[in-house]
Amino acid sequence: MSDILEIKNLHVAIEGKPILRGVNLTINKGETHALMGPNGSGKSTLGLVIMGHPNYEVTEGEILLNGQNILDLDADERARLGVFMAFQRPVAIPGVKMADFLRHATTNVRHPDRKEGEDLISMREFRKEIKDKMGQLQMDSEFARRYVNDGFSGGEMKRAEILQLAMLQPKFAILDETDSGLDADAVRLASQSINEIGHNKMGLLIITHHDKLLEHNPPDFTHVILGGQIVETGGKELAAELHSQGYERIRAEHPESAAANDETETVAST
Amino acid sequence: MSTEISESRELKSTEINKYDFKTKTDAVFKARKGIDEEIVNQISDIKNEPDWMRKFRLDALKIFESKPMPEWGGDIALDFQDIFYYLKPTNEQGRSWDDVPEEIKDTFEKLGIPEAERKYLAGVKAQFESEVIYGSLKEDLANQGVIFTDTDTAVREHPELLREYFGTIIPSTDNKFAALNSAVWSGGSFIYVPKGVKIDFPLQAYFRINEENMGQFERTLIIVDEGAQVHYVEGCTAPMYTSESLHSAVVEVVVKKNGRCRYTTIQNWANNIYNLVTKRAFAYQDAVMEWVDGNLGSKLTMKYPAVYMMEPGARGEILSIAFSSAGQHQDAGAKLVHCAPNTTGTIISKSISKNGGRSSYRGLARVEEGAYNSKCSVVCDALILDPESRSDTYPYIEVAEQDVSIGHEASVSRIGEEQLFYLMSRGLSEAEASTMIVNGFIEPLIKELPMEYAVEMNRLIQLQMEGSVG
Repeated sequence: MSDILEIKNLHVAIEGKPILRGVNLTINKGETHALMGPNGSGKSTLGLVIMGHPNYEVTEGEILLNGQNILDLDADERARLGVFMAFQRPVAIPGVKMADFLRHATTNVRHPDRKEGEDLISMREFRKEIKDKMGQLQMDSEFARRYVNDGFSGGEMKRAEILQLAMLQPKFAILDETDSGLDADAVRLASQSINEIGHNKMGLLIITHHDKLLEHNPPDFTHVILGGQIVETGGKELAAELHSQGYERIRAEHPESAAANDETETVAST
Repeated sequence: MSTEISESRELKSTEINKYDFKTKTDAVFKARKGIDEEIVNQISDIKNEPDWMRKFRLDALKIFESKPMPEWGGDIALDFQDIFYYLKPTNEQGRSWDDVPEEIKDTFEKLGIPEAERKYLAGVKAQFESEVIYGSLKEDLANQGVIFTDTDTAVREHPELLREYFGTIIPSTDNKFAALNSAVWSGGSFIYVPKGVKIDFPLQAYFRINEENMGQFERTLIIVDEGAQVHYVEGCTAPMYTSESLHSAVVEVVVKKNGRCRYTTIQNWANNIYNLVTKRAFAYQDAVMEWVDGNLGSKLTMKYPAVYMMEPGARGEILSIAFSSAGQHQDAGAKLVHCAPNTTGTIISKSISKNGGRSSYRGLARVEEGAYNSKCSVVCDALILDPESRSDTYPYIEVAEQDVSIGHEASVSRIGEEQLFYLMSRGLSEAEASTMIVNGFIEPLIKELPMEYAVEMNRLIQLQMEGSVG
């Protein structure tokens, strides 16, 4: 069965203020979608709402994974169904070792019916697998013993997110600015890795300001979000246009969304 | 879905009850409730003590009666006349496990004591109510002159050694509960480690209160001679009754030149026990004293292990973990007193509060005149799991010397919604995620514990965490 993620007429508010105003988006397994938009457009919000962040209120619409509405599910249940998000700024969890965390996570995602306290996947298997994957990402094996995101450099954080993507093998992955804060070499490595892990195997939603990540992961579709709505959808040439020319044309053609975007941005910055 | 939840709840409640069982025993002697001269004399009679100890007790009783209740810390709603101060569960102390009366043996077997001894301990004491009912020490240690006995036996068999230190580190006048202990003390460990003897495996004592309204007042004295080394571990449990019980111990430690002592406590009293304990160590030249203090149970704990650094080069290290849940108040902390130059002290305190529990850090860092070039560092971190819970910090710093370095850092954090979301987005349930965050929070302490205790501590934390979410 081919997996499908459908977002239908999604309206989202935070503390009563609307952020998404009717987003429609369908992602099939194997497709790469780029989501681009200026600050305050709702890019990250869309990702967080798909993942199930508790702070956002969905006021209308639905998110269907293979036909099942996942809006009432907690983030962990969504993860076990195969939804993943690589975060822009993942939070540090002092004292929790990467290896322990990932072994738990991998077990739960691979055995969605596992209950608390039941066995984890075997240590030997897990070690071998994580070592291989860390090698591919050019990560030192010492990394598994460090505390989750604690004192990580920008590049380490992003690589750790990609490592999790590789271990958890989701059906759908949202990558929120996984290229930001990286130098050219690191972006190339990240892009190649994402391509190897995800291309043709998952549905990818790549949120980005830049086009570097997209060079290795050419999008089948590019969506422009403005003022909480997807105002335009095109192919990879649209991503290239936005990268070289910015959002002037889009704003001019969608004045209402542009106005809504400005309002959200002002609210966000005050 | 709903059956799944109720099933797992059931599983948890049986686990939590691991320590909550009562043993039916026939005590050999049980003093009547309440405290007065007659009771104190009775205890001294039964123990057939020398006059100096009887006088020590009676003097302490007067001090206890004259001292007001402490006005700080937690609420102590105790009726001192409604407590049993002495209960002798058996006539003989077992030398071998087989000698221990069946029902008491059963209690400690449920708690895993003899098993632990076989695996990794150099010696064991088990105290049931007021008396130590089992004791053992590895033969090679005894041959090297190590003494590990209960304090009552030490009064009889090692009177000179005991009397030289007994009540000198913590005099009866120190505080109301130290006075109470001095008047009615019974049991506890007496340890002497001779010059240069290093004990590789821990010595363990296990304290169990079984009866309702029972007060336990053990008295421990540890003497680590020059260049010697010991690690002493104590664990405490009791079943849950509807009325309160009292545990009020006094622990005195002397670490002589170049000696080293680590004293680890994992306290998991039932949630109706007042745990009011005085612990203090004197560390002499270049000696090291470490307190590792884990407080998970009790209704109210007031305990501030202290290290007095008496001579140059002495070091004091105190690691403290407090975990308080519904109806619990952990008023825990530490004291470092620098009495000599070039002394170094460290306090690391971690507290966790959940389900309306309250954790307070109360600590003292004092540098006395002449203790120049001393270093003292205090770090206390508190983690609060929900809005109903509370955490306070009461750091006292007194410095009477110029050339010293004092550091104090404190942080309070709520369990981060973002941290929970992050872990959950990777497939961990809310409960697993919370437990992982809490375990991470105390990880710096856990890694200081011997392997077996680290495992036990993690397990206890997990039990505390269960049922806390959703």
